[in-house]
Amino acid sequence: MAEMAEPAAEIPVKPVDATGSAAGDDGVRRRDFLNIAAVSAAGVGGIAVLYPLISQMAPSADVLAESTTEVDTSAIEPGQAIKAVFRKQPLFVRRLTPAEVQEAQAVPLGSLRDPATLEDMTKPGHLDMLVTMGVCTHLGCVPLGAGEGENRGEFGGYFCPCHGSHYDTAARIRKGPAPTNLVVPEYEFTTDTTIVVG
Amino acid sequence: MSFPWAKQYQPANGFTKWIDEKLPLPRLVYNAVGAGYPVPRNLNYMWNFGVLAGFCLMMQIVTGVVLAMHYAANAQVAFASVEHIMRDVNWGWLMRYAHANGASFFFVVIYLHIFRGLFYSSYKAPREMIWILGVVIFLLMMATAFMGYVLPWGQMSFWGAKVITGLFSAIPLVGEPIQVWLLGGYAPDNAALNRFYSLHFLLPFVIAGTVILHIWALHIPGSSNPTGVEVKSESDTVPFHPYYTVKDGFGLGIFLLVFFTFVFFLPNFLGHPDNYIPANPLSTPAHIVPEWYFWPFYAILRAFTTDFIISAKLWGVIAMFASILIWFLLPWLDRSPVRSGHYRPLFRKFFWFGFMPALLVLFICGGAPAEQPYIMLSQLATAYYFLHFLVILPIVSAMETPEELPYSITQAVLHSDKKPVLGENTSPAV
Ligand code: HEM
Repeated sequence: MAEMAEPAAEIPVKPVDATGSAAGDDGVRRRDFLNIAAVSAAGVGGIAVLYPLISQMAPSADVLAESTTEVDTSAIEPGQAIKAVFRKQPLFVRRLTPAEVQEAQAVPLGSLRDPATLEDMTKPGHLDMLVTMGVCTHLGCVPLGAGEGENRGEFGGYFCPCHGSHYDTAARIRKGPAPTNLVVPEYEFTTDTTIVVG
Repeated sequence: MSFPWAKQYQPANGFTKWIDEKLPLPRLVYNAVGAGYPVPRNLNYMWNFGVLAGFCLMMQIVTGVVLAMHYAANAQVAFASVEHIMRDVNWGWLMRYAHANGASFFFVVIYLHIFRGLFYSSYKAPREMIWILGVVIFLLMMATAFMGYVLPWGQMSFWGAKVITGLFSAIPLVGEPIQVWLLGGYAPDNAALNRFYSLHFLLPFVIAGTVILHIWALHIPGSSNPTGVEVKSESDTVPFHPYYTVKDGFGLGIFLLVFFTFVFFLPNFLGHPDNYIPANPLSTPAHIVPEWYFWPFYAILRAFTTDFIISAKLWGVIAMFASILIWFLLPWLDRSPVRSGHYRPLFRKFFWFGFMPALLVLFICGGAPAEQPYIMLSQLATAYYFLHFLVILPIVSAMETPEELPYSITQAVLHSDKKPVLGENTSPAV
């Protein structure tokens, strides 16, 4: 089209293409304009259609509605843990014994793969309430240690039997393939003995 | 498979040349819907509906696959899972309304496509195979639509499944066992719902395969046209691209405007409110009707009320199936050497003033309750319907004197074909 738009000095005839449409004085053919406008509109429309087609696979309203979990912690004895369910995954809620708290605080941060203090892993004023996801950060198995009599691993916290990751009493990774500590989900204490997760 | 003056595909660069040698897919596209496919220059908008039907099929497959991600084919939860799609799934309401209205619009499009074939006699040689494959597609579409309608497991779904499988019970001796076998039980339940779901997912792909054969068969003689005069020379044709890509694109735009008016503003207009009541095997809705696109056939089914040699029930079922199967014979029942209705004065009268009104009456009666005067009207219209195909069309087509045909498509368009352009020529004659 660009050649056509050249001012034709010698030949004073408007260029005409095979379908008979002539360029205007500014060299822009009405047909080119319509073509670009139509194809752009179709392109934008086509992309807009992708949005609902992709979005429909994201969590639906009923799944999102179940995305918070309330846990009553009053009955958990020191040294005991319970398993709750948060977003269809296990949630470990554990009350540490004073000895476990001390053990966790005694570890030098520099020796940790994913450095975090016990204070980082818990909420202020609730140093003994350890709330973590029960999902190993290696490949997603459920670690042992929350149930009565389960193997708690070499560091007295949790132990993942799938690939042998050991977590300590603050749920920090100490040995084995897992890259990070057990995940602490977002939660808050709504009363002294009630937490709302999510 | 194409006219000698069709443009040849030229790979533009080394890469497309490499592709062309290994898998000439771009060449196929070029020759099918590109500049390499010469098409009669005089096609009117009735020739848009094939492409629109293809669009509808693809849209049904896309929205259907999405619905299948959220739907549960179990009689306990199917209804609830559809409500879950409507209320919880992101854009689920859009997917479902687009799919449900998409089915209706698919039938609108296909009826106009068939109407085009009937008026312009596109079914005549050398296009019989295109037509026959079309009838096969239509039968598959009916089966698919019926089974899809069962899936939401509402009252109309359930009773539709019961009534339609009940058609088979009309077959003497083996009828009842066949119905039980089809349902996998004595009434529609989990077994029926699951097999309907499986087949409803499968059949659209069978349709897609048959459409490929349909278009393959079409590309051998190429499209017919409103004059029914075959292409003679290059000036009778224009390349598919850009001429018909643009014309089809424009038609698609109009189609989408109308379609989304329904999806967004009248999403339940074409549906039946009773299907929002969960299936109840113990109570039949007062007035059960199929979806609107089955009404003419439903009217034929109900037109038979007295036993005659065989039971009325069996007559109804036979007539209903025969009303479509008879289309297979159409290329041989119509004996006129002229295709287009524009040049067939007598055929045209019977078509507009006999056949079309009969179809309209059948349509209205099919959606009406099974009472008088609808029963009597459907009986008359059913009789006329078969009379048209078996008596009127063969006789009229054999005896009428057609009007004078144009010499060529070019002449029909330009009122002159003094300079017929033969052979190599990139621009159409003027
Ligand atoms: C999914 C369904 C269908 C699709 C996608 C489809 C597609 C097409 C396409 C793209 C064309 C060429 C464009 C046109 O003439 O409109 C065509 C032509 C044709 N179709 Fe279909 N079709 C379908 C169903 C049917 C049915 C149900 C029938 C008849 C019962 C039928 C009969 C014909 C005939 C006779 C032609 C040739 C028309 C001519 O050249 O004048 N098709 N079809």
